[in-house]
Amino acid sequence: MSWVNAIIQGILIGGLYALFACGLSLMFGVMKVINLAHGDLAVVAAYTALGVITITHVPAVWSFILVVPIFAVLGYVVQRTLIQAALDRSVLTTLLVTFGLSVVIENALLQFASADSHSLDIGPLVSDSIQIGSQISIAWLLLVIFVVAVVVLLGLQYFLSSSWQGRLIRAVADDQEAAQLSGADYRHVFGIAGAIAFGTVALAGLAFGMYSSFDPTIGTDQLLLFAFEAVVIGGLGSLWGTLVGGILLGVVQQIGAQIGPSNQVLAGQLVFLLILVVRPQGLTARRSTA
Amino acid sequence: MTDPPAGELVTGGSLTGRSGAALLEVRDLTVHHGQLRALQGVSLTVAPGEVYAMIGANGAGKSTLLRAISGLHKPTSGSILLDGQDLARLRPEKRVAAGIVMVPEGRRLFPSLTVEENLQVGASYARPGPWRIEGVYDLFPWMRDRRGQLAGQLSGGEQQSVAIGRALVANPRVLLLDELSLGLAPAVVRRIYQTLPELLASGLTVLLVEQDVSQALRVATHIHCLLEGRTTLQGPPGDLTAEEIEGAYFGLAGVNGPGGGREAPA
Amino acid sequence: MTAPGRAAAGEAAVHPAPGGGPEPAQVTRSRRTTLWAALGALVIVVILGYLPYLVLSGTTDFLVNVFVLMTMASMWNLLAGYAGLVSVGQQAFVGLGGYIVLILSNHAVEPFLGLPVAVAGCAVIGLPVWWLVSRLRTGYFAIATWVIASIFELIVVRFPSLGGGTGANLSGFENLDPTLLTAYTYWAALAVVVLVVLFVYLILRSRLGLVLTAMRDDETGARSSGARVPRTQGFVFVVAAAGCGAAGAIVIISQLSIEPTAAFSVQYSAEMIFATIIGGIGTIEGPILGTIIFFALQKSLAQYGTWYFIVLGLVAMAVALWAPRGIWGLISERFGIRLFPVGYHLWPAGEQRPRGRAALRRRSSGTAPAGPAEASRGPGDGPGPPPG
Repeated sequence: MSWVNAIIQGILIGGLYALFACGLSLMFGVMKVINLAHGDLAVVAAYTALGVITITHVPAVWSFILVVPIFAVLGYVVQRTLIQAALDRSVLTTLLVTFGLSVVIENALLQFASADSHSLDIGPLVSDSIQIGSQISIAWLLLVIFVVAVVVLLGLQYFLSSSWQGRLIRAVADDQEAAQLSGADYRHVFGIAGAIAFGTVALAGLAFGMYSSFDPTIGTDQLLLFAFEAVVIGGLGSLWGTLVGGILLGVVQQIGAQIGPSNQVLAGQLVFLLILVVRPQGLTARRSTA
Repeated sequence: MTDPPAGELVTGGSLTGRSGAALLEVRDLTVHHGQLRALQGVSLTVAPGEVYAMIGANGAGKSTLLRAISGLHKPTSGSILLDGQDLARLRPEKRVAAGIVMVPEGRRLFPSLTVEENLQVGASYARPGPWRIEGVYDLFPWMRDRRGQLAGQLSGGEQQSVAIGRALVANPRVLLLDELSLGLAPAVVRRIYQTLPELLASGLTVLLVEQDVSQALRVATHIHCLLEGRTTLQGPPGDLTAEEIEGAYFGLAGVNGPGGGREAPA
Repeated sequence: MTAPGRAAAGEAAVHPAPGGGPEPAQVTRSRRTTLWAALGALVIVVILGYLPYLVLSGTTDFLVNVFVLMTMASMWNLLAGYAGLVSVGQQAFVGLGGYIVLILSNHAVEPFLGLPVAVAGCAVIGLPVWWLVSRLRTGYFAIATWVIASIFELIVVRFPSLGGGTGANLSGFENLDPTLLTAYTYWAALAVVVLVVLFVYLILRSRLGLVLTAMRDDETGARSSGARVPRTQGFVFVVAAAGCGAAGAIVIISQLSIEPTAAFSVQYSAEMIFATIIGGIGTIEGPILGTIIFFALQKSLAQYGTWYFIVLGLVAMAVALWAPRGIWGLISERFGIRLFPVGYHLWPAGEQRPRGRAALRRRSSGTAPAGPAEASRGPGDGPGPPPG
């Protein structure tokens, strides 16, 4: 049955979704900011990589060494300046500012890069796949992406739970003022969280760009919504929740596609709605945080 | 900094090198909450090694004063000086490095962190000094066994102890205690205040806010009463009569003069 | 003139003076400016009504777009500026309104008749949607509304009778003279925007408006004063759904066709949000002014293509950060003007209500009488002072 294949595909894609989602989840958990430009940032990363490759002719697979750190630094700067300024005003302002940012980014991309689809060319790797039995075919690239995603999430989880900086991030997320009273500059901690968010979403965007194709509007058309759905389904508060949510979303989408090719996205949306109604705190969270 | 000799109460003169000089000074402080004036021209001086207690009814401005000293609330006018240095420019986190650490009202532990992690956060920006996490476990022996428990699951009294510990490991010079007794049973409160001598022995100075006047009188070396943002009474507990304190607390005219206030000589 | 003689509709003498004393304190609902503004608005509406006789169809078509945006912006302002519901998914109802008109016209119902049905339909569908999203807090609420709009689009695309993915044309106007059609469309759009603005004004002037204004300034405070916040929010959500549905109906009538990606596009949200923010969130005048500024910008930047949206976005972000009450907020504070009388004005005892030129002089010197009872903090100012 190609159902098994679909489920496996879904699990693997779910890793990528989780990578998209973890930045969104982190920014909300720590700063209470929903970054509506989150998806667009992934697209910008992909376009940046495209530019870098075109100029320097490095193989696409190495583009992430340049792009991800740049985006991490960018994340720190944007958080400390733009988003902090909006946070100092109110939650409404952060929503408006990130929404405005999203619109500006998309239109700027349309202006400078045209509406055409692009892809990050990684040569033959994209079509290579492993055959297991007669029914199951797993794309190498997708497998690699899944492994990378899980490793990054594991690393992030370890960082948050065991490192000094990670502890501070959790403390600031719990109680910003109390953290100040312990000597932590919460704006700097916010910046670190922003750097992590931008870095991971850039990595996710590059992976997406290699596996699939991207255009200026896909950030809001798909990526933001998928990331958000993964967070809600899995539950806020832990990276494991995000991974579970991502995987579940991926699986549901692939099953939907098996039923009928146009059902893929809709299936995910409907499950998202279901979780919203039945268990709004998500599958793994203990108390209601939505 | 050397450990104090056992059995002797060190008054902290060795901390500043200027025995008797004020460690913390508040001059003519006025603080607003939006349009509401919470503090009006409040002044006080805390000498090293003192236990300086602010008393007063709800809304008198006591917690606002501590918040202003810790940097969380910007005063409208007046100044706050540590060792003669104006703190106005320092953000709250920088004041910790300067030696002012507050145990906030309501404990404010990090609920999703364990007891030990809470202490570790407190030690993140610690000044050099005698207090370590192990020392906190010595002070509150029960904590050692519960160090891995989530802070949000502790009882009120236990949380208060952890909050104090979290402040201690930063090695403050001035420890601000905001409403320790809030929401706690009297026996628990007493036990917590019994740790005060050990804190002082390590060289700390304490500025505390307390709604329970009798508790404050038991531990304080100096009493300062606020009413509606103004100072109504100041002085060592031994110099003050119960009547005077009552009058200052409630603002009873005629007890201590027309406004119910009496200031000790500066 | 003595106080008792001046008591007229809408005015109340608060402390009647003991015979022949100084002017008593008075509470009124309107001021000289609002009377002028009301007259002015009436004149403008009448002129606008006559326009089809005066100008070419290009102008009226343009104005239809202006009215549509003004409608949507007013609705978004009510949602986000007063009820605190930041929605990025109102396009769900804009598209839905259009598709309801399409469905009805496919069943031989005249599209102009379909308009009120679309309004009602969107209000009805707004209820279960509200039930779905009402439990979510701000940021999650926003994205959830976006997802709902996306779901609407995905559902609509599956119906070939509605044109599927490519869209459909609106039938029902074949026998109508094109000039007449343009005029009728224009008048329908004008009627919608006038009714919507009037409705918003009446809501805000009523007791419900007091609740909304309280919610605008401090939701927690409003709750603790006993205001039925969730119920009010639900009401506003349904009203906004209906209003956006009306706008969507006008859109399909004016374009004579509909296409799912455009009908449910988040672009609508972008436009109504930017217009409201730049104009001034939390006031009735704000969205109106914002729409005007929006189209002025669009006209002047038209030849630069997508640049105008980039500029618009940047301006909106800048306004949100540094002038959170918008352009109207700046004007209103500077000159103390309020065009729509939804507040109360207190005229302290002993002061004459200034009349004529004296009114202008007093305002510009900044010694106008105590301002209206609306709180002086707008939305987006952050939390109020801490208690105690």
